[in-house]
Amino acid sequence: MTDDIILETRGLTKHYGGVHALNDANFTLRKGEHVAIMGDNGAGKSTFVRQITGVEQRTRGDIIFDGEPVSFDGPLDARKAGIETVFQTLALADDLDVPDNLFLGREKTKLDWLGPFRLLDYKAMRQATLDGLEKTAVKIPNIRNTIRNMSGGQRQCVAIARTATFHSKLTIMDEPTAALGVQETAQVENIIRTLKDQGEPLILVSHNMRQVFDLVDRIVVFRRGRICANLRKEDTDGQDVVAYITGAKTQEGYEDAA
Amino acid sequence: MSDTSEGIGGLKYDKSKKAWPNEFNVFLALIIIILIFEALGQLLPYMKGQSMLFDFNTNRDGTILNMARIKIMILQVAIIGIISLGVTQVIISGGIDLSSGPLVGASAMIVMSFAQTELVNGQLNPKAVFDWAFDMPVLVPILIGLAFGAFIGAINGTLIAFTGIPPFIATLGMFLICRGIAQWWTRGQPVSFPTESFAFIGSGMMPVVWFLLLAFVFHFVLKYTVYGKHTYAIGSNEEAARMSGINVRRHKILVYMIASMLAAFAAIVLSSKNLTAQTGMGLFYELFAIAMAVIGGVSLQGGRGSIIGTVLGACVFGVIQSGFIYIRLDAFYQLMAMGSIIISAVVLDQWRQKRATSRS
Repeated sequence: MTDDIILETRGLTKHYGGVHALNDANFTLRKGEHVAIMGDNGAGKSTFVRQITGVEQRTRGDIIFDGEPVSFDGPLDARKAGIETVFQTLALADDLDVPDNLFLGREKTKLDWLGPFRLLDYKAMRQATLDGLEKTAVKIPNIRNTIRNMSGGQRQCVAIARTATFHSKLTIMDEPTAALGVQETAQVENIIRTLKDQGEPLILVSHNMRQVFDLVDRIVVFRRGRICANLRKEDTDGQDVVAYITGAKTQEGYEDAA
Repeated sequence: MSDTSEGIGGLKYDKSKKAWPNEFNVFLALIIIILIFEALGQLLPYMKGQSMLFDFNTNRDGTILNMARIKIMILQVAIIGIISLGVTQVIISGGIDLSSGPLVGASAMIVMSFAQTELVNGQLNPKAVFDWAFDMPVLVPILIGLAFGAFIGAINGTLIAFTGIPPFIATLGMFLICRGIAQWWTRGQPVSFPTESFAFIGSGMMPVVWFLLLAFVFHFVLKYTVYGKHTYAIGSNEEAARMSGINVRRHKILVYMIASMLAAFAAIVLSSKNLTAQTGMGLFYELFAIAMAVIGGVSLQGGRGSIIGTVLGACVFGVIQSGFIYIRLDAFYQLMAMGSIIISAVVLDQWRQKRATSRS
């Protein structure tokens, strides 16, 4: 049974000085499962994500990833371990094209003995990019185009395709569609469905109720730095989730959060 | 992947709107500037219908080109051009290097001290700096010069990468330090009389050979190596580069080291060409090198530009400089006109970029 769990946090806590941004978060994610994290602004969603991805260092608590207790020094560490994150700020280099961005920091190279002057294997990277985009069903008209010349939706797709290209063990998306139009949102959602079909687990931070009910298996609600509900999609509805978010209801077993 | 041309979500890509390469604009500007000078040659009464680049009458070289003027033109920009190759990389990485001009001065003094010949016309070298360093193999002064450049560049890079002070300030400080070193080295005395093999490095058209050779090398390096890709990435979005696992600090140090080594190499070529080194060498070179890069379309915001652009920028620079002399414009007007041209180049580039971004 434990083999089935890709990520678990026990008593995960983060204090910023006197501010208790996150308290005793106990969270599990199974392989292939898509979970949404919801909650009001300042409820601790992003704080929670930042502790897992190593962007910040937790005050206390344990993170068990893929069966091992982990402590990431930074997002890079987390990425090496197999956690790919699409941050709200996309972390793309505007003046580079799609393959360059996908492979930034992990380029395919030739003549590696040349050290920093080793040659880029453009051909292999381009091919891998096309494969990756195909896998995620992302449509980018011209992968040689620089990010600067792309729309917000295309940028988001590139950022997501980057996570999908590298067979991550866990993908985390922090409000991936917050700044997108209707059609662009639809495309991003399609990518998420593709990930689901491929059995890649996902944590989705989102405010969008329709999107959450469309995409995920389970909804975890945060309130004032605590988890206040853990709901299977089938057992709940929008009204119910809003009640948890606003504090009108608290699930059994999470009375601390009240 | 033919189906990629039509995507959902407004992902259509109109090929006709694709901006042509920036380098082409610079090339166009070069042609236009040449035409303007040619037109001035025909129109200005005191020019008596002379041509700047062409020579239909004497035809000494068997071509219709005025090779003498063209040679001087490229020779003039070749040495500053070598510096601008390094400055281009620094600017692409999002920095700036103001120290290259004084570094030329300091490097020239140091290099020349190790390249002196013992006997001048049978007498002891009157400008001798080290009496134990006569007639060294030519590799010695070259390596000492490059090592000095690398050292200064490493200090620049380390300051910028680790203290977080703006590159402008770090290299401005180094600007003064290097000029100081140049004067301190011999207490202001010029250093002269190099060995024959050292004098060969900058003789004749050799500066142009070095410039083109190095331009080719660094064009390749910037375009086809991990070093180049990371340089663009850091200039484009430093945070993204860091998140992607690029060692941004180490890379910046490397970029500044390479830039300073190129400036030191320019000093070697320059002192060899002049057969002497003086403390004031390289005056304004840092600014001219930056100007060449900027005219060539290297963006001061970082992330954009190319060696081809910089080489073309150097050509524009050379044509303007020699064009002013050709139409007999007084030196002070030349500086004013040059300044205006640099400003217009940046304004035009920004305007073009704004148009390119708003289009999508």
